[in-house]
Amino acid sequence: MNKTVNQKAWFLVLPVLLLVAFSAVIPLMTVVNYSVQDTFGNNVFFWNGIAWFEDMLESERMWAALWRQLAFSGLILAIEIPLGIYVALNMPKSGIWASFCLVLMSLPLLIPWNVVGTIWQIFGRVDIGLLGHTLDAIGIEYNYTQNFYAAWATVIVMDVWHWTSLVALLAYAGLQSIPDAYYQAAKIDQASRWAVFRYIELPKMAGVLMIAILLRFMDSFMIYTEPFVVTGGGPGNSTTFLSIDLVKMALGQFDLGPAAAFSIMYYLVILLISWVFYTVMTNLDKRDA
Amino acid sequence: MTDTAQAPGAATIPGRVTEAPVARRRRLPVKGSAVVMALYLLFLMLPLYWLLNMSLKTNAEILGSFTLWPRNLTLENYATILTDPSWYQGYINSLLYVTMNVVITLTVALPAAYAFSRYHFMGDKHLFFWLLTNRMAPPAVFALPFFQLYSSVNLFDTHIAVALAHCLFNVPLAVWILEGFMRGVPKEIDETAYIDGYSFPKFFVKIFMPLIASGIGVAAFFAFMFSWVELLLSRTLTSVDAKPIAATMTRTVGASGVDWGVLAAAGVLTIVPGALVIWFVRNYIAKGFALGRV
Repeated sequence: MNKTVNQKAWFLVLPVLLLVAFSAVIPLMTVVNYSVQDTFGNNVFFWNGIAWFEDMLESERMWAALWRQLAFSGLILAIEIPLGIYVALNMPKSGIWASFCLVLMSLPLLIPWNVVGTIWQIFGRVDIGLLGHTLDAIGIEYNYTQNFYAAWATVIVMDVWHWTSLVALLAYAGLQSIPDAYYQAAKIDQASRWAVFRYIELPKMAGVLMIAILLRFMDSFMIYTEPFVVTGGGPGNSTTFLSIDLVKMALGQFDLGPAAAFSIMYYLVILLISWVFYTVMTNLDKRDA
Repeated sequence: MTDTAQAPGAATIPGRVTEAPVARRRRLPVKGSAVVMALYLLFLMLPLYWLLNMSLKTNAEILGSFTLWPRNLTLENYATILTDPSWYQGYINSLLYVTMNVVITLTVALPAAYAFSRYHFMGDKHLFFWLLTNRMAPPAVFALPFFQLYSSVNLFDTHIAVALAHCLFNVPLAVWILEGFMRGVPKEIDETAYIDGYSFPKFFVKIFMPLIASGIGVAAFFAFMFSWVELLLSRTLTSVDAKPIAATMTRTVGASGVDWGVLAAAGVLTIVPGALVIWFVRNYIAKGFALGRV
């Protein structure tokens, strides 16, 4: 669509600007403020320069949380993206069954995040949960509050359960946009199923898949509630991801300076990924237009 | 495979070449894909079934024996929640701030989305990007500053505080979704309306909004949903008066002698609102999650 230049449009976006600025800029300034100051208590603060940033960059705790976070995000992407594509390829193309699948698949996406945690907390318990009980019955030692591997497995499977449908729905939307003529042409060429996927479906899905990957990466990068409810970050620190660590630091120990410095670096990473996301989105828009 | 034998006939009888393989191919893959879907849906539904199963059991049955379905079906757990103010007040609080949030979000997002979809103006691209970064910002970063901000303006533990805080990610989301829908409406409609003498507000409410009704519905649904599922901010910003149901649940977990039946029933009740409206937005779910693109 060819847009006209109109500076008065600013009046239409002004409410949004003010509202979001109130919720975003003021808190962010508070964080910046804390990140460069130190205190001996009694609300007396003094300038501390970039010492907190240096501290955080050398802090083993933060690096450990970051590596855990990257491992987590990497693992769930490695599982959810192929699985989501696979599910999307197997979904009914139209009719009542397609609607039925769409509704059931969307269900986990609409559940409050702490309830997702609660569901898996219950589901994995050896005494009252179906999963825990079954694993115990067939002789697998499974205790997500004590065992490192069990905790990670639970958190990963939970995320796969929660979010694979999102990838599948996006991939499905991409598949729906492929004209039938493409498949007919492939059939005339006697293309194999793999060739159809590789040369027709995958390129056509590339845009939405990029969105899916970025969304899942970003949302998993700030995951807090679900693993916190299930494992509380434990056993030890083994499932303490970035957000969990940050909240522990800021609200639990009230280490405002380090937490603020941590927040800002965290925010910058997100900003960077957002920019990639934005570029992908706008390029996609241009291609469609 | 007789495909090669058919190939020479392709030129004269195109119908056979394209249709015969279709019939043959359809039969097997459909079965295979049905199995895959059944397995996947089973995987999705099992934990949910277990929650529902537990919510219909007595605590004695939950802890005493391992049963795949409730032997003594009871609605006691639901009765507890619906009659105890400390439980059902949580739902009322959640619904209150979620509703406020949806109203605020749509009110400010509609004109803004219109501006983004129709006009170029100074800094429009930067503003659009900045909005997106707020949708992506980790709530954990904002938890403490929000607490201080809303305490300092005396809004701590009120519904409006949570509603405003959730605007941080819901307003950008709504702007993006609505802009996606509005671009689909041809600009000629605007121009015709202005020629016909409509003022901007009248045109917007009377003509434009009905045209993007489904978009408004989808944006409202997603604002509702993301406000409903969020816990970290709503818990940080409330203590008693506006405590959301999600926080009420968290505090029950881990206390000595957890009432599993009631906890499960509370969980089931939090799923209900989303499940009720999901049918209406089923075809837009992907679009909503992808911020109006796709």
